[in-house]
Amino acid sequence: MARQKQPTMSRALQRRENISGYAFMLPSLIFFVGFVVLPMFICIFMGFTDANMHDKTMFGSFIGLQNYIRLFHDKTFLQALWNTFIIVIISVPATCAFSLWVSSAIYKMGSFSRSFYRIVFYLPVVTGSVAVTAVWKWMYNNYTGILNTVLKGVGLIDQNINWLGDPKFALYCIIVILFTTSVGQPIVLYVSALGNVDPTLVEAAEVDGATDMQVFWKVKWPQIMPTTLYILVITTINSFQCFALIQLLTQGSSNTNTVMYHIYFTAFKLTDQAGHFGYANAMGVVLAIAIGILSAVQFKLAKEK
Amino acid sequence: MNSGVQHKSAYKIISVVILVILAILFLFPLYWIVTGAFKTGAEINAIKPVWFPSEWTLMNFEHLFSKRTCPLFQLGGLVGPTVPAVFRWLLNTVFMAVMAMILTCITASAAGYALAKKRFRGRAIVFGLIVCAMALPKQVILIPLLKEMAALDLNDTLWAVIFPTVGWPFGVFLMKQFSESIPGEMLEAARIDGASELRTFTTVVIPLVKPGIGALAIFTFINSWNDYFMQLVMLTSNENATISLGISTLMAETSIDMGLLMAGAALAAAPIIIVFLIFQKYFTQGITMGAVKG
Repeated sequence: MARQKQPTMSRALQRRENISGYAFMLPSLIFFVGFVVLPMFICIFMGFTDANMHDKTMFGSFIGLQNYIRLFHDKTFLQALWNTFIIVIISVPATCAFSLWVSSAIYKMGSFSRSFYRIVFYLPVVTGSVAVTAVWKWMYNNYTGILNTVLKGVGLIDQNINWLGDPKFALYCIIVILFTTSVGQPIVLYVSALGNVDPTLVEAAEVDGATDMQVFWKVKWPQIMPTTLYILVITTINSFQCFALIQLLTQGSSNTNTVMYHIYFTAFKLTDQAGHFGYANAMGVVLAIAIGILSAVQFKLAKEK
Repeated sequence: MNSGVQHKSAYKIISVVILVILAILFLFPLYWIVTGAFKTGAEINAIKPVWFPSEWTLMNFEHLFSKRTCPLFQLGGLVGPTVPAVFRWLLNTVFMAVMAMILTCITASAAGYALAKKRFRGRAIVFGLIVCAMALPKQVILIPLLKEMAALDLNDTLWAVIFPTVGWPFGVFLMKQFSESIPGEMLEAARIDGASELRTFTTVVIPLVKPGIGALAIFTFINSWNDYFMQLVMLTSNENATISLGISTLMAETSIDMGLLMAGAALAAAPIIIVFLIFQKYFTQGITMGAVKG
């Protein structure tokens, strides 16, 4: 091997690293480039075209910024954007705060009860959106749903409420389901992050007479910041992508339309059956940009803190 | 001091009570699915909900199994026996999730190792691309993917769901994190012993990142099983439907039979919950990155 030749060694070594590196990367890169990167570029291009479902060609014809101009005059889309925004604004802080509280309550427990709670809160994620939605559809039901019975029983309401049919409640009902299916992963992450907090720092603070609250905010909170940041980002992305609940429960009626559902609707369900892929992709691009901006803001805020 | 301790234990008791209530609330939908699946029609539709079925019936499952039929499998010209469509859907879902899991574990562990330990040119760019892609909403690319699958003649096949799942870069990212902790000296020692790159990978790297592979396997399996949106867009025929898709068609019917729906939901959720419960120790062990240090 060229290893013996001192002057060319680093170059030969670099070559070896290049070849073996790409050899190990190759299988993964094929799938990544083929089924993630390429579709991303197609998505961006398609947003500038009038492509539709029935076109034999990939792109149809180029129409410039027309899709985007149309978007910002499309009342249904703007309403969907607003609804999505409400979902994110409510569910992201709620999920983070809830999972942080649960995690700090359980991370010092014995390993059995810790696993028990972790599993309980993770189960709705595992159960799957369709099964979870199915049972909630029944619980929210106007006539046979258990929610109405319980709330009437404790005297909170005196008339049955059509939860999913009433624009006043439907979106919040969906946020509740979304919430129960989102806290699982943050709890697993927080429990592990809290368990990894340097115990000597906590002890030192306690010796100095710090209260539990002070220990939490001054010692533990800064150390779990990277986890918080990660959780914020994944929860935001998840909330933005809220789709199955809408598609299975309301089909966007009762003022529950979200961007993701509207994209699906525009591409596959619009009554003219044309399958407006170009227009739907333009919405997708806007959604991606919105998520990108929000993630960047979260990063910046977290860094400043 | 004493009052402080009392204060602490009072808080502890309250928090445990709240936790127990929350746990019951979180488990309730699952309880409602299981009991609902075995309730009679009268109890399902009772205006006053029946908390516990007075008699357990298999009627809902019988309805579910007799609803639709299709061949168990089709391989080229070989057509399997006609069975309730639910079996076919379950078989499809298992095939899809297992394939996605195996392919993801193989490709991601190799790529994660390369990104963590190989100083190849363009590494930073590849890694940057992976991180950027992870921050993007996966569902946005579904429409282009559908067009791509049509061009590849993979429309309405399970591969159209499997391949994008394998391509999703989260696995590579996770395996890179796990591979970072492989001691360079061990790789160096293997190299000096004359082991080939592939041998080093299979005998040194793989055993060290096993917890990561375990975590990735269970993650991919669950995510693929439950990725309803992708299945909905990619799979159109009854024969290629997954269990989630099959059950969702029950929900779209105008007069929903809740008992039937609960039976379907129970059937869709049971396998994945069992898998999760069996492997959950591995799963949490794997997710805690510290476990690799040893």
